[in-house]
Order: sequence, then C-alpha cells, then structure tokens
Amino acid sequence: MLAWTIYLSFLGAAMAALAPKDRPTIARWIALTTSVLGLGIGLAGILHQTNRSALQTIVDVPWIPAIHARYLLAADGISLTLVLLTGIAAVAGILFSWNITHRANQFFAFYLTLIGGVYGVFLSFDAFLFFVFYEIAIIPKYFLVAIWGSTNKEYGAMKLALYSFVGSALVLVGLIATYAHAGSPTFSLLELARQPLPTSFQVWVFPLVFVGFAILAGLWPFHTWAPTGHVAAPTAASMLLAGVVMKLGAYGALRVAMPLFPEGLAAWRDPLALLSVIGILAGAGIALIQKDFKFVVGYSSVSHMGFVLLGLMTLSVTGLSGAVLQMFSHGIIASLLFAVVGRMIYDRAHTRELSALESLQLSRALPFAAITFVLASLASMGLPGFSGFVAELQVLMGAWKTFPLYAALAGIGILIGVAYTLRVLVKAFFGQSNGTIEAATHENYAPISIPERIGALLLLGTSLLVGIYPRVLLDLILPSFETPLMKPLLKGAGL
Amino acid sequence: MEHDAVQHAVQSGSKIQDLAWLVLFLPLLGSVMAWFITRRDRVLTTVFTLGTVILSFILSVTLFAVFGAASAECTPFQFLHIGDLKVDIGLHLDALSTLMLLVVTGVASLVMIFSTSYMHDDASYSRFFCTLGLFVFSMLGIVLANNFVMMFVFWELVGVSSYLLIGFWFERPAAGDAAKKAFLSNRLGDFGFILGILMVWSAVGSVNFQEIQASLIKNPAAMGVWAGLAGLLVFMGAMGKSAQFPLHVWLPDAMEGPTPVSALIHAATMVAAGVYMLCRVFFIYTVPAGWPPALSFLGDLSAATVVAWIGGITALLAALTAVQQNDIKRILAYSTLSQLGYMVMAVGLGASTGNPSASMFHLFTHAFFKAMLFLGAGSVIHACHHEQDIWRMGGLWKKMPVTFWTFAIGTAALAGLPPFSGFYSKDEILATALEANPILCGLAVLVACLTTFYMCRLVLVAFFGTTRTESAEHAHESPRSMTIPLMFLAVPSVVAGWFPVGEFIAGHFGVRSHEGVGRVVAQEGIGPMLTMILGGIDHALFAPFNHNALAAFLGLFGVLLGGSAAWALYWNQARDPLPGLFTNLSRAMRKKFYFDEIYDSVFIPIHDTVACIMAWFDRWIIDGLGVRGIHGTIEIVGRALRLVQTGNLQTYAFLFAAGVAFLAFIALQ
Repeated sequence: MLAWTIYLSFLGAAMAALAPKDRPTIARWIALTTSVLGLGIGLAGILHQTNRSALQTIVDVPWIPAIHARYLLAADGISLTLVLLTGIAAVAGILFSWNITHRANQFFAFYLTLIGGVYGVFLSFDAFLFFVFYEIAIIPKYFLVAIWGSTNKEYGAMKLALYSFVGSALVLVGLIATYAHAGSPTFSLLELARQPLPTSFQVWVFPLVFVGFAILAGLWPFHTWAPTGHVAAPTAASMLLAGVVMKLGAYGALRVAMPLFPEGLAAWRDPLALLSVIGILAGAGIALIQKDFKFVVGYSSVSHMGFVLLGLMTLSVTGLSGAVLQMFSHGIIASLLFAVVGRMIYDRAHTRELSALESLQLSRALPFAAITFVLASLASMGLPGFSGFVAELQVLMGAWKTFPLYAALAGIGILIGVAYTLRVLVKAFFGQSNGTIEAATHENYAPISIPERIGALLLLGTSLLVGIYPRVLLDLILPSFETPLMKPLLKGAGL
Repeated sequence: MEHDAVQHAVQSGSKIQDLAWLVLFLPLLGSVMAWFITRRDRVLTTVFTLGTVILSFILSVTLFAVFGAASAECTPFQFLHIGDLKVDIGLHLDALSTLMLLVVTGVASLVMIFSTSYMHDDASYSRFFCTLGLFVFSMLGIVLANNFVMMFVFWELVGVSSYLLIGFWFERPAAGDAAKKAFLSNRLGDFGFILGILMVWSAVGSVNFQEIQASLIKNPAAMGVWAGLAGLLVFMGAMGKSAQFPLHVWLPDAMEGPTPVSALIHAATMVAAGVYMLCRVFFIYTVPAGWPPALSFLGDLSAATVVAWIGGITALLAALTAVQQNDIKRILAYSTLSQLGYMVMAVGLGASTGNPSASMFHLFTHAFFKAMLFLGAGSVIHACHHEQDIWRMGGLWKKMPVTFWTFAIGTAALAGLPPFSGFYSKDEILATALEANPILCGLAVLVACLTTFYMCRLVLVAFFGTTRTESAEHAHESPRSMTIPLMFLAVPSVVAGWFPVGEFIAGHFGVRSHEGVGRVVAQEGIGPMLTMILGGIDHALFAPFNHNALAAFLGLFGVLLGGSAAWALYWNQARDPLPGLFTNLSRAMRKKFYFDEIYDSVFIPIHDTVACIMAWFDRWIIDGLGVRGIHGTIEIVGRALRLVQTGNLQTYAFLFAAGVAFLAFIALQ
C-alpha cells in the first residue's frame, strides 16, 4: 500500500501538468488532494506496521534482469518516519504556495514529481532503484528554483545543480564499483551488506558514496549550495529543500553508505565526525552575521544538519535514533521557518533585509506571523517541548561516549543558535521604529490566509507532539536498528 | 525496561502523592484555558490563572502536611528509553521539594493578587497572567523533577518564561535587550549544565537522582576523575539561573520587567532554582575530589570549595555595587544577587559537613521578605508615577504607612536583625562558615554589614527626609489588593525564622540536628513539630545564641556597624555624600565594576571577527575557488572548444587533412 505514495504523486504530477494553464485553482487542488492522500497513506502504513522489528517488503519483482536490478520497495521504521515527514512537508508546502499563479500547473507538476521521487528514495531497498528515484527527486528542484525563484536565482540554481550532480556522480561511481566487486551480482542492499567487501576497497569507496550523499545533507565544506539555494528558491521549494531534500542525503548516507561499507566507515569515522562538528559551528557562526533573513535560516539548516551527521557517526542506538529524529524534527521546523520568512513576510513586505524589517514593526502588522515565528524559534533553538530538544539531546548523549570534545563543541553550536535566533527574532518582529510607520504600509499587507494558518498549525503541532511524546516516533525508529541491515552498524561502536 | 515501570506502578497503585501531578499541571491548565478561551476577558482570565495557582497552593499545603519530610515517588511516565538511557517524567516528594512547593505556590499566589491591580491598566493584562501561569508550572517542574533530564527540561522552560516576562514591554528597547541578555547568560550556564549531566550520566549510568545517590553512597568514588569537573559543570547551570559571578550581569537588567515579575521570578523563586538544584544534587558535591590528568594540578581542590568561593565573591561584589545604586529596584536586585551568593556559599561550605541546610533555610526566609520588598518597591513606584530614583522620593513614610511599615520589616529581615526571619537563616550560614572556612566567614560578616548599610540608605533616603519632587509630593497609599499581599508577606518575614526549617532540611540530609526538632519532624511528621514549636517558642527565639554564640554576635555586630554608618551618612541628606568621600571606589561601584563594559569589549569583537572569518571562508575559499573554480574551468574549456566549431568548411577540411597527416606520420615512424 505504501508504494501508492509514489504512484499517486507521479499521477498527480501528470494531472497537474495537463491542467489548464490559466486556472491555477485546479492544479492547486490536484496537488493538495494528492499530497493529503500521500500523507494519509503514510499514516495508515505506520498504523498497520504490525511487526515493528522486521523490514516489511512491499513489492519485490525483477526489473532490469541484465544488471540484476530489482524493483524492491520495503519499509522499516526509519523509512516510515521519513515518509511521514515527506507527507507533512508536502502538504504544508502546498498550503504555503497557495498564492502561486505564474505557470501554476507546471509548478505543481514539478513539485509533485519531486515528492514522488522522495517517497521512492525512502522506500527503495535496491541500490539501483534508489539511485533512480534519487535523481528523479533532485532534478525538479533545479526548475523550481530557476523558474519561480527570487534573489540571484540563476546562480542559486546553477550551484544547486552543480553540487547535486557532483554528489550523484560520486555515488554512481561508488555503486558501480561495488556492483563490480560484489561476489554475486546484485543491487539489493540487504544482499550487498551481507557480502563482505575487501577492506582496501571499502576504504576508498566509502568516502565516495558517503560524501556523495552527504553533500545534499549539507556536510561542511560541501554545504554552500544550501544557503544560496534556499535563498533563491520560492517558499515551497525552500521548504522542501530544507525539509526533505537535505534528508535524502542523510538518509542515503545512513541507508546505503554506512551498512555497505562498515570497515570504510570505521576508517573515516573520526574525520567525518570532525567535519560534522565544524558544520554545526560554522553554520551557526555565519548565521549570526547575515543580513538577509533567509540566509540566517539557510545557514541554521547547515548547523542543524550537522547534528544529524554527528549522530550518524556516534554508531550508538541513542545517537543514530537521535539522528533520524533530528532529520524529522529539522524537516518540520525548517519548513516552518522558511514558510514564515518566505511566505508570511517576504510576500507581504517584499524585503528580507533585517535592517529594513527592523523598522516595519511586523509584530503589530502580522501578529500571527510573529507568534508563529516566536514558537518556531523556540523549537529551532532546541527548547524542551519541541522535537528538536529530544533529537539534539540524544545526539549529544550518543556523541558524549565516543567524542566528548565534539559533544561539548556541538553544545557551543546550540548556544550560538540561541544567539542568532534571538537576533533575527528581535530584528524581524520587535524592532524599534525610528519614526512613525505609515498606517498604510501595514494596511497594504494582506491578512494571513487560512491555508497559511492551517500549514503553520500542522507543522507546529507536529513538532510539539514529538517533543512532548517522543515515543510516537522512537517506537518506530528504535526497532529499525534491530534489522539485519542496520544492526551491524551498532557493533562498530563496541557498545 | 517496560517491566520495571509496570512493576513499579503495580507496587504503588494509585497514591495520594499523585496529587503532585495536579499541583504541577493546574497552573499550566489555567494558563492554556485563559489564553485560548478567555483572553479577552480580564476577570475570567484572572479567575483561571490565579484560581489554579491558589488551588495548587492548597494542594501543596496538603502534600506538605501529609508527607513533610517523608519521601515519596509519584507514578512516572516513560519519556525516553533508548539503550542505556532511561528518562522518565516522574515526581519526587521529600522535605526539599514539599518546602519549595509551599514557597513557590504561596509567593506566586500573593504576587498574582498584587498584580491584579498593579497591571490593571496594561493592555496585555491577559498575556501577563498567562505567562506567569506558565512560569509557575515550569518552576514547579524543577522542584518536583526526579531526574536530571526532566529538571533540565523545566529549567529551560523557566528560562523561556523569564525571557517572555522580562521582555514583557517589548516596545522598550531596554526590555528587549535585557530579555536577550538574560536568556543568553542562562543558556551559557545551561550549556555547562547539560555537559555536567552527560558526565554524571556516563560515569554513574543513570540520570535519576535517587539512583545516582544510591550508587554514590555505595561507591563514593564512582565518578572517579570526573567528580570535580562534573560538579563544576552542573554548578554552571546554577551560576546562570542564580546569577552568580561571572554570569551575574543579567539579573540587574532583568528589572526592566514589570515589578511583580521582579518580585516573584527575580527575587523569590527562579533565581533560587540554582540553589535548590545544588541542594537536590548535593550528593555529587560530597564525593572525593577527582580531576582528569590534564587538570591534575588541581589536586584535592573540590568542586564544593569553588562553589563556596564563587558564592562568597558574588555576595561581596553585589553588596558593594548595591551601595552606590540609586534605582530602587536595582538596589534590591543587587541585594538579591548578594543573598543568592550567600546561599550558594552555604551549599559549598556545607559539603564538608554534609549539611547544606543553611542555604535552604535562607532561601525560604529570603523568598518572603525579598518578594515583599519588591512588591513594596512596586507600590512606591506606582504611587510616585513610575519614579524609580530614590533621590527623587523622600518623606514617603507618612504618605504610605502600610508600604512603609512592611518595607521596614523587610529591611530588618534582610539586614538580619533579631527577631526577624533573616537573622535566623543568616546566622545558620555564618555558623556553617565559621566551622568550615573562617576567611569566608569574615567575608560574610562584611557582606552583612554592607547589606544593612545599603538597605538603611534606601529606607532613609526614600522614606524619610524631605519630599524632593512633585511626584513624591502627590504620592498616596496603594489600593487594598496591593497592600494586602504586602501584609500577608510581612507575617512570614517576621516569623519564618522561628521555625526549625534548617533542622527540618538537615533531617533530609541525614544530619543529626543539634536540638532534635528536625528529627522529630522527619520521624513523626508535622503535628509534633507544631506542638514543639508552640511549646518552645522562647527557646527557638534564642536558639542562635545557644548554638553558636560567636556567629550570632558577629552577625549582630555587622548589622549594628552598617546601620549606624548609614544613619550617620544619610539621615536627612538631599545628595549622596559617598562619592565625595571615596571618589574612585564610588565610581567603580556605581558602574557595577565595569562588568558590562568588559564583556562588551571582549566578547563582541571576538565573536564578530570569528563569524566574519567563517563567512569570508565560505564565500571566497569554498565558493570562490571551489564552486566558481569548477564552474569557471568548465566554462573556459567550453569557450575554447566553441572556437573550434567555426562552421567553416575549409577549416574542417584543413583540420581533417592535418589529422590524417599526423596519423600517417605516426604510422610511418
């Protein structure tokens, strides 16, 4: 049944593409219906997951016999968590792009193609299929940025494409080499993980595949696509970029690179943990001095994704499940932040410069946006009650046992996070006007619409639910580390 | 792990201590209902928020009467169970927490009653009460938490509600800046706190207070080389919340919040959370000192000693600063800092005897008289049309008798004049210090002297002498809803010291108290304690002199000295004579020893430089050389190849012929 998340999205994309160009409402509703259905299917899939510790196979048929590629879709708790994230982010993204009229049918077609590809990645357990969906997911975002983007969109889109393709190329080379080296020819992740590859081979292939994926997760120093890409992208695309596309990278690293090359992982673990921590600190530090509101959120994404990567490197249940939870949590919170910046503020005030926003006193003009952003900031700072706290705490606890110094540095990252978040919060909403604001300026702002309110409540509610009752996801995620594919990871840590 | 929890629940069943869940959640419930349903109606909002807090207070009294010093656990909920990490949301009741419950809910109720008229004209009245409710909920969470992580969760929530309340009047730039400063200083402390928690957890294997204590009793060396560092890092949390040197800078600025907030949060409860937390995790300060090899030069220095000295330094610095402040709220703020320093010092000194009860005793009495002083200041400010400079008041004592008399009681209690409450708790601290560390004891006596000096200065300047401004001229007594809480607080400010609170707490720490009252309470409950007190009140009044006469006389000596100096300098003065007497010292005091300036000139440039370097690196090295480099190379190659494609047939023919010739040449070789 879960496979329908993929098919429905592609179907919706086709329908949206065929929808009349001059009637954006039709494309909009097609997109909303398909994404809500996708979210519903994801939820139903979670509720029907009877045997939680096992990997549930959905479809397994031969696909390209010549290269032994199979059409193998399956799900464990990690996949389900991210499918759920995709569903929520997709619905929210559409709600926040309700005002798109320029070539709306094409916009939603690209949007749904991207979503379908993302669902596909999260459910694929065949490396070749995985790669195909991965490419399907990253190509539409180029068009979304280049056509509907804003500030510096050609540069942002170019950078995004360049980084993505370099990453994909690295992954492809690594996967082909693995296929060639494997004892029996197969692309199935389970089969590949079972075949021990020579250590010398693993040591050079692991970094290719891992870094190839991690580029998309914002691994420092390959992160610079993220801030410019986010800034250039239209609201819904930046929500998806931060919300799910960055997760594709982290997921690929966790699902493909780490289980397939355990010895390569062992060799590269320390330097990668160091890069993750540098990412946390550098992202946070740079966010502190940005002048454009969206750049702040963009760099904060780099910092928060550093926690995901650090969690992966802990190789302990606490850290790994924390990393998965952080993927979910950051997906929700970053989407919300981009929604406030891109849709609620930029579409009304037509500026994102903090110095300009400072004199607009937006907390008076847009109180709903102000309250939403205050809550989203608290969530982003890792305050208890929101999902980020549990996730970051788990990562810190996991990291403490192996990399105590890095855990301490990551803690400093959280501290800087508080500083930059408070800074933008005050500047963007609670600035002091140096003179009187013309009442007309505020009256020109359209009130916050119903879709925006629903979207904000959906995202905030999810983050709160997971923050207060983390078991709702952890009960799904934890058994996944008992499956034959993921279990060997924990042995590497000696715990 | 599920098994354990189930078994635990079966053993206990539904228990009367589960009332503590109600105590905790009622204020939150009130706030949430008020915010979502009755926000537009002031009366209903007040009923919901104030009503739930009062209900919480009544239940706290019940719990205190039933449990007192006995310890009990409430049925916990699972929060995080992953591998070797087990975190529950569970409540723990014992002497410490039940006493704190009384203080928090009691003072909160009175402050909220006071606020009904103090905040009456504010447009955001409902927002104020809802945030106060949120604060009470968070604070009770700290008090009741049975493990480190849960305490940290509520610790952060307290920080948030404090941020929201300091910045309550966010239209004022100073309020926004103060809120930000408070939040950042707190988070800086919390950064250490969480690392300390991680350290304790990885050394002992649990975050539950009871379990950690049990394993440390079994094996005091369980923390090994981490003992010292873990103690200091956990203490960092207390340094943030209880505003200890060098993180103390946020508290005076926090006075930008409404005065009731200053009374409740920044005098009585939140800032005491650090002291409470140190007492709660006192067991990690009594283990043998240990340092990792890199810090082995620290030798036998224990974390507790550092705690004691930080407390002492804070007490002295703050008292000195208070001497030359002119804003009535700032004087009180610095006096809070100084008293918190006292309490922290008492915890640190208590480690050698295993008994930090003096600090909790002082926390208890201080909560009442300091809340009363702040509310009294609020009443004065309200009456003088938002005038806060004491030199622009004067002669208020006849105009506002209730405010004056309660303020005077508060001053006497704070100064430590018998038989007011502060005398007894301060005496216990002096006695502890005298036994453990005579130098710090001397420092504490000096601080007691300074405290009396600046408080008498405040009272003499603001309430006596001639009326110096128009606004003070028109001042009149505040309405009943403001004076009644003052009178209610005046009672415990006088008598709270007569109760053997110190011994009650000492019983919790397993120390045989010198008079046995605490033991009676610990073993037989509150009833016998009341009979003992009523039977022996005269005995209680003179207890300090019987117990450690030297400490008591030293304290009294300090009070008399400070009081008479203030009298000599400030009786009927229109201007401060001190700057004329000690120019430089007075300026340094007035400038708060330049902490803000030092921090601004050190941290901000460092931070800016680092951030700029990182941004530059991103932009020019990674993007410039990396991305644009690759992009540029491809583009140059592309342009070069484009030159080849001329579309000119002769060129192609020439190249073709040249190629053939080249290949022929190679082949012929």
